[in-house]
Amino acid sequence: MFRRLPEPAVAPVSITIDGMPVEAREGDSVAAALLAAGHARCRSSSVSDAPRGPYCMMGVCFDCLVEIDGAANRQACMVRVAPGMRVATQDGRRELRA
Amino acid sequence: MPAPETSPPLFDVAVVGGGLVGTAIAWGLARQGQRVAVLDEGDVAIRPSRGNFALVWLQSKGLGMPAYAAWTKHSTDLWTGLAAELREETGIDVAYERRGGFQLALSEAEVAARAAMQRRLHSQPDMVVYPYEMLDHDAVARMLPAIGPEVAGGSYCPLDGHCNSLRLLRALHTGMQRRGARYLPEHRVEHIDPQAGGFRLRHQKGELHAGKLVLASGIGNARLAPMVGLAAPVRPQRGQIVVTERLRPFLPYPVATIRQTDDGTVLLGDSQEEAGLDDSVGSEVTAVIADRAVRMFPRLAQANVVRSWAALRVMTPDGFPIYDESQTAPGAFLATCHSGVTLAASHALALAPMLAGGSLPAQMRAFTARRFDVPPTA
Amino acid sequence: MSKTAALNPSCQLVVIGAGPAGLAAATTAAKLGVDTVLLDEQPAPGGQIYRAITETPVTKRSILGMDYWHGAELVTAFRSSGARHVPGTTVWSVTREGEIGFSVGGAARLIEAERIILATGAQERPFPIPGWTLPGVMTAGAAQILLKASGMVAEGRVVLAGTGPLLWLLAAQYLRAGGRIVTVLDTTPPANRRAALPYLPNFLGSDYLGAGIALLREVKARVPVIGDVRSLRLLGENRVREVVYQSGTAPERRIGADLVLLHQGVVPNLNLANAIGCRQEWHEDQLCFVPVIDAWGTSSIERVAIAGDGAGIAGARIAAERGRLAALEAAHRLGRIDAYRRDAEAVAPRRAITRFDKGRRFIDLMYRPRAEHRVPQGDTLACRCEEITAQQIVEAVKLGSTGPNQMKSLLRCGMGPCQGRLCGLTITELIASARGVSPADVGYFRLRPPIKPITLAELASLPKSEAAVQAVVRG
Repeated sequence: MFRRLPEPAVAPVSITIDGMPVEAREGDSVAAALLAAGHARCRSSSVSDAPRGPYCMMGVCFDCLVEIDGAANRQACMVRVAPGMRVATQDGRRELRA
Repeated sequence: MPAPETSPPLFDVAVVGGGLVGTAIAWGLARQGQRVAVLDEGDVAIRPSRGNFALVWLQSKGLGMPAYAAWTKHSTDLWTGLAAELREETGIDVAYERRGGFQLALSEAEVAARAAMQRRLHSQPDMVVYPYEMLDHDAVARMLPAIGPEVAGGSYCPLDGHCNSLRLLRALHTGMQRRGARYLPEHRVEHIDPQAGGFRLRHQKGELHAGKLVLASGIGNARLAPMVGLAAPVRPQRGQIVVTERLRPFLPYPVATIRQTDDGTVLLGDSQEEAGLDDSVGSEVTAVIADRAVRMFPRLAQANVVRSWAALRVMTPDGFPIYDESQTAPGAFLATCHSGVTLAASHALALAPMLAGGSLPAQMRAFTARRFDVPPTA
Repeated sequence: MSKTAALNPSCQLVVIGAGPAGLAAATTAAKLGVDTVLLDEQPAPGGQIYRAITETPVTKRSILGMDYWHGAELVTAFRSSGARHVPGTTVWSVTREGEIGFSVGGAARLIEAERIILATGAQERPFPIPGWTLPGVMTAGAAQILLKASGMVAEGRVVLAGTGPLLWLLAAQYLRAGGRIVTVLDTTPPANRRAALPYLPNFLGSDYLGAGIALLREVKARVPVIGDVRSLRLLGENRVREVVYQSGTAPERRIGADLVLLHQGVVPNLNLANAIGCRQEWHEDQLCFVPVIDAWGTSSIERVAIAGDGAGIAGARIAAERGRLAALEAAHRLGRIDAYRRDAEAVAPRRAITRFDKGRRFIDLMYRPRAEHRVPQGDTLACRCEEITAQQIVEAVKLGSTGPNQMKSLLRCGMGPCQGRLCGLTITELIASARGVSPADVGYFRLRPPIKPITLAELASLPKSEAAVQAVVRG
């Protein structure tokens, strides 16, 4: 769906998406890393479970919500990747853990 | 052309106010076969019906007026029927649940204050009898496993419950119109003239005639009541509320200040502030609300707040409702309270038939605004 | 985070947003000796138009174009201005009294400012058509952000659909970067030409003309462009697979797509201004609400000025100039410069605004999006968060709901996490169309803080007065 330009190398950042290792790049938002890895869908909606994915990439639409390092419903387009980050797609309403 | 004064009223009743109080009464009146008009303001108005907490609540109500406790209990008893009838009629599920509800205390002092208040309430003469109990931390935890260690205890009343008050508002609007009531938004009432056989209401778009009149316009009643020989000594009292994102169910019972809606959002309330008509929100108060919520249910700390708001309660000097009928303009009635959700069933199923009958029976006398007429002191 | 720890609890001027308006405002104010803090949600300056200007992996300058690289000058000037920059900061509340609530790194803070300049910029206009919530459907602006910030271009069957300069700019940038586009579906109503014609002479004298024509030629030479596109629908189960449309009166056509990029103009991002209570009014040419401001950008709330596209769409060059004007006024009101100096320094920005504003009316009218793509029908979602359909809105109008606030109570539209950002205009226009009145008569949502979500733990950590405790705790 997206490919990277053959531009001068940007430092790779290793993260996991749903447990699978993924190589993102420094400066990527989590949403960019998801799209680069082929994840158009990142969650199902909390109302009808409909599939949703990143839409605006600038913090407006709240459709790219994912779980980042254990915290759900974070805007993937507003968070930068960091080494070792654990990203998980999510389904429906968030569950509060004890 | 007959003069307006002699033309027959188009409507049996004009209800002024399209909030929960007005629409519950209007639906009830339409259900009694009355031809009803509901005159309302527009999109931007003081509307506590859009900002309430949606508890259908009995415990702790009526200290100082046992008649209010009885009226409230009556309403909670009628609520199951109201919800069923609205669902049947409109297809809208107002999500009424009556599994009991809690008020939680965050210290032994708060437990003691709560217990003392309950004792005073229930030892009043003529107090309606209903079950309630004080519970310690462990007893609360058996029913609300998510509570935190700071919860010292709380009171529980099995008759308490909650609903989805936004859907209640929609169901009442839908239901009353299906029953023939005319809803007239952007019809702010400017003046009311009592006249032979009814009332002439001058509103922002013209005039309307009705045989009877019900003032149910919240804070607006203060302005309108004197036009028909009534009094509505009401003032706005601000309440701030915080709401979270939709979450999976974790709270099986409503708590007086925390409840999870059927949509999954968690409402956190609420303040009581004297701030006039200022309905702004501020972090000083919402921080206290958030802090107490997190101490009661520590897992809420991670939840995202998506919005806060303030609404203006309609408060009388003693905090109890006013139901009144005019001595000088027969057929004019007044209804005002700050519990439009809890009392919706009473308003629709008990008060409306009284109003349709044309007068308030003796049992409603306790609620007259004349209770505020204090003789001059020496 | 150390940057915020060093922040004083109060300052003279807080600028919110580090796009062209915010950067220019903070630079101008700080250079005049005003104690200035710039809060920005992004990790690096530039806003959306100059997104990642200091760090983009796209080093070949021709790809993003000279208009983009202009942003570097603003950043350089800002860096030497003495203003403090707090990036990665989400502002979630501003009060009339000048208290600003913000979060950095998961911790909430408050700062008091004597004056505030909102430079919150623009967002893309909602494009509520069937299927617009499917994964694989994004905005052209989103694609541009991916290009600027991560050097990513779309591949596979890429379809662009919509209207407005940004759509063509993205197409050209993609082509320069070696990307491929299956087709551009141009939804511009042909009738717009007639409406825009009287303003053509002004446009001909504007700086946009040459660049605009070159861009269109560049794209049309390499990509099939289908004009007068209407009845746009997107189909797919778990992601978009097909685009269905009509061109003029021709029969419906379908094309396969892996990625659909939508765009029909930009509108002011007004959530913060609205939540503070700044007055706003309907702008019929631009089909959106704009804040009511004076010649210096001051809003109906005296302490708060609004600069840049957040004050009405005018483009990046004017945004920077409006930022300068708002900063001059702030410096004046804070006693740093007298009125004479303020007015003298304002001459150059005002002249630049006149120059860059020349083609605006033409562009507004030429690219006015089609009504059917703004006012959805049937079961098309108007509110993405709460999944409220156009039909539900129309039915609630019949029930007597005359405006978006009562609508919100009846249906929950606008109550989700985006706080109406992506449905506000749609709801207003839907109600207006159902009632047969102007959106000006319908109004907009009244928004409340936090305008961006914060955790309860963050909220709970804020200062609490004894009076506030008394107001909440009851026996």
